Amino acid sequence: MFRQVAHRLLSRSTTNHSACAASTIRRPYSTEVSADASSGDSAFVEAWKKVAPNIDPPKTPIQFMEPRPPTPSTLPSKLTVNFVLPYAAELSKAQVDMVIVPATTGQMGILPGHVPTIAELKPGLLSVHEGNDVKKYFISSGFAFVHSNSYADILAAEAIPLDRIDPAQVQKGLSEFTQKLNSASTDLDKAEAQVGVDVHSALNSALTG
Amino acid sequence: MASTAAVPFWRSAGMTYITYSNICANLVRNCLKEPYKSEAISREKVHFSVTKWADGKPQKPTIRSDSPED
Repeated sequence: MFRQVAHRLLSRSTTNHSACAASTIRRPYSTEVSADASSGDSAFVEAWKKVAPNIDPPKTPIQFMEPRPPTPSTLPSKLTVNFVLPYAAELSKAQVDMVIVPATTGQMGILPGHVPTIAELKPGLLSVHEGNDVKKYFISSGFAFVHSNSYADILAAEAIPLDRIDPAQVQKGLSEFTQKLNSASTDLDKAEAQVGVDVHSALNSALTG
Repeated sequence: MASTAAVPFWRSAGMTYITYSNICANLVRNCLKEPYKSEAISREKVHFSVTKWADGKPQKPTIRSDSPED
């Protein structure tokens, strides 16, 4: 069973070369599928009209969905950002010039026309640049998705504006976790203490930097 | 198709991503200033009951709660 899975995975990447068509049907990327399904599936509508010409055909779920905004052919001037938290949408389709996100590989700047990316975020500073204003938030962790139509989705578990951070708590937490890291015995304890140290030092540098 | 990506330290120690993310979020919430901190903590309170099943019959449910029992 596993040999088949591996074979299919390998053959997915060599699309047109293999003889058996069934295992190499390439599913289209979501940006290639035509977005406009508002008229519904034409074969279904025709079949319906033959059977019940006086009743409107029922709408299918895809007709209720807003189509994905298409990828523009020229570079858009603004980035559309959706910055969401589990309990609130901080920014919903906000048009901005640039967003800098704290990816695990370092601070990453996202401008309009950025190549489609999926980035895992580490605890750090997120800054949203619009004209001359910069709004900064401290994010606990999350993901950033950049799509080819210059939409950026930033998902975070917790995001706080910098002025709501309590510096005394940060220092206390930092010293407490550094001490826990030194005295930790099991791997899990060490990992938790390391996470604590990382988060508090990121908070610290966000406050001072 | 061997994956050569470096494993983050918390995963090699046995922690899952969700646990890691929740720990980070809790630590950040602890460092909030006062009125926001109590709002955040009350927002994240959970109260649920878990029932394990064996042989098609429910066992005694356990209640997990952050709110004080009254």
